Amino acid sequence: MADAVLPGPLAPEASPRIPAWDRLKGDRNWLGAWFMLPAAAFLILFLAYPLGLGVWLSFTDARIGRSGIFIGLENYEWLWDDATFRLAVFNTILYTAVASVIKFAVGLYLALLLNQNMPLKAIIRAIVLIPFIVPTVLSAIAFWWLYDSQFSILSWSLRQLHIISSNIDFLGDPWNARWSVIFANIWRGVPFVAITLLAGLQTVPPSLYEAATIDGASRWQIFRHVTYPLLTPIIAVVMTFSVLFTFTDFQLIWAMTRGGPVNATHLMATLSYQRAIGGGYLGEGAAIATAMIPFLLAAILISWFGLQRRKWQHGESND
Amino acid sequence: MTDALAPKLASPKAVLSGSSPSADRSEGMSYLETLPRRLVTLYLPLGIILIVLLFPFYWMALTAIKPDEQLLDLDRFNPFWTWTPTFKHIAKLLFETSYPLWLWNTMMIAVASTVLSIVASVLAAYAIVRLRYRGAQFIGGAIFLAYLIPPSILFIPLSTVVFQYGLFDTPFALILTYPTILIPFSTWLLMGYFKTIPFELEECALIDGASRWQILLKIVLPLAVPGLISAFIFCFTLCWNEFIYALTFISSTSNKTVPVAIVNEFVDGDIYRWGSLMAGALVGSLPLVVLYAFFVEHYVSAMTGAVKE
Repeated sequence: MADAVLPGPLAPEASPRIPAWDRLKGDRNWLGAWFMLPAAAFLILFLAYPLGLGVWLSFTDARIGRSGIFIGLENYEWLWDDATFRLAVFNTILYTAVASVIKFAVGLYLALLLNQNMPLKAIIRAIVLIPFIVPTVLSAIAFWWLYDSQFSILSWSLRQLHIISSNIDFLGDPWNARWSVIFANIWRGVPFVAITLLAGLQTVPPSLYEAATIDGASRWQIFRHVTYPLLTPIIAVVMTFSVLFTFTDFQLIWAMTRGGPVNATHLMATLSYQRAIGGGYLGEGAAIATAMIPFLLAAILISWFGLQRRKWQHGESND
Repeated sequence: MTDALAPKLASPKAVLSGSSPSADRSEGMSYLETLPRRLVTLYLPLGIILIVLLFPFYWMALTAIKPDEQLLDLDRFNPFWTWTPTFKHIAKLLFETSYPLWLWNTMMIAVASTVLSIVASVLAAYAIVRLRYRGAQFIGGAIFLAYLIPPSILFIPLSTVVFQYGLFDTPFALILTYPTILIPFSTWLLMGYFKTIPFELEECALIDGASRWQILLKIVLPLAVPGLISAFIFCFTLCWNEFIYALTFISSTSNKTVPVAIVNEFVDGDIYRWGSLMAGALVGSLPLVVLYAFFVEHYVSAMTGAVKE
């Protein structure tokens, strides 16, 4: 911008009179570097460097209090034969797949409901988001109490209704525990999906719905051929985030089960914490954490294509 | 001039009240539906979902004020209500444990790292959107990727880094590491807000001889206040919510944050612990819920803005 003001022939004449310092202040690369400095310092020191260090640690036998030596792929080979690790991978995939699919279905349904005109609309929408506001650990503790083996209100209510005869051991039995933590994750994730999709729904012009209705489209046809195509780009992004954060979830599991019973709810994140910080085997823990990266890359690629698609759908240039 | 422009330019998108131009407040096509039909297709499912979403909080709050003998005896007392609320659990929490200290730690760490990140993000976002230095496009993309790196793959190497820098078990371990989560998010959000501010305003100021720094402070920031509030609130919430770093980098009881302290310090063998545990969870969530109640629209625009940009 500044250099566009000065046309070519004038520039050589004008520049000697501007001191070097002022010219430097006007240079956007020089200024840009200074503006980027604080953010870059944080991100390099505490994000990029640890990310590289983590990959390096996974090739060493580092322990807490002792830096390790390079041992190649030994950590990964050891993990490959480790039944607990395999179980954790299985749990993580099950947890992510089931929770994401249900979060998407319920979230989309809730968004469609909230998009309708009704009294107290704004307040209801605000209330829906509360599970997302409250710190995960604190709501996980509330779920822990709801899932208590002896005094669970859920078991009690079902018993009063004569559906079950004895208390359900929500967190004591492997499969019960898996479904219980998955439910808690869905409960926490649905508001985020719903409100973000609601924001997407609001960008759909009402005239499209009206036109479709006049043309005789049924509710399902309107959803399938008007709402859904317009919503696809934002669905792609939201679900990427959802999958990413479900896959790397730690706090919900740690607050409720710490991976138990008999490792049935260990995710890769909780297992890596247990091995690295609990057991002191930093190298092995880092290998588990690094093993999550390929999955994350896949999710990021999906997000990338989701974003790209949005731009051309809206006819925007790639600015 | 800037004051008059501000509300029009960068006000948060009103997702909740639906007052954006395309979604008007009129009943639209809903007159086509009869009340009984709406009852079954809208109010009933919505009611069920709302009850499921809110029940854990109701239960948390109820447990926090129930007397001990009613907590575990579900048959003699109606478990869903209590006529004899007590503040015993909350009083015990506030006066007999280090809970106020943990609240203070959490608050201080959240405010400090949020302020640090917002300052860094404002500078970075402005440089990427408006200075357009060479490679700005690439850096913008890289920052988005940084947003997608979750803490649970970073905490192991980061714990060794924190140890090397001598920060282990100090509040600075968290104050300096939280910005890695917050900066990518808030930079991305603020980039969206800065893009909505017209170039012409800055060009006028440049012609009048303002430096970039003056433009940022006197023109861009006043116009981006709603964006700054959104970023601030969202970052604050993320800090308050953060768990794995706080669990790994802090070991002494007096330095812990609320989420870690509740999980580690309250969970002992006491059969009546549920009252104080739920009181702790309730008191720990209240600051965020109150903040949320005041800034709902900002909060939602932060959440959806970061995804949509």
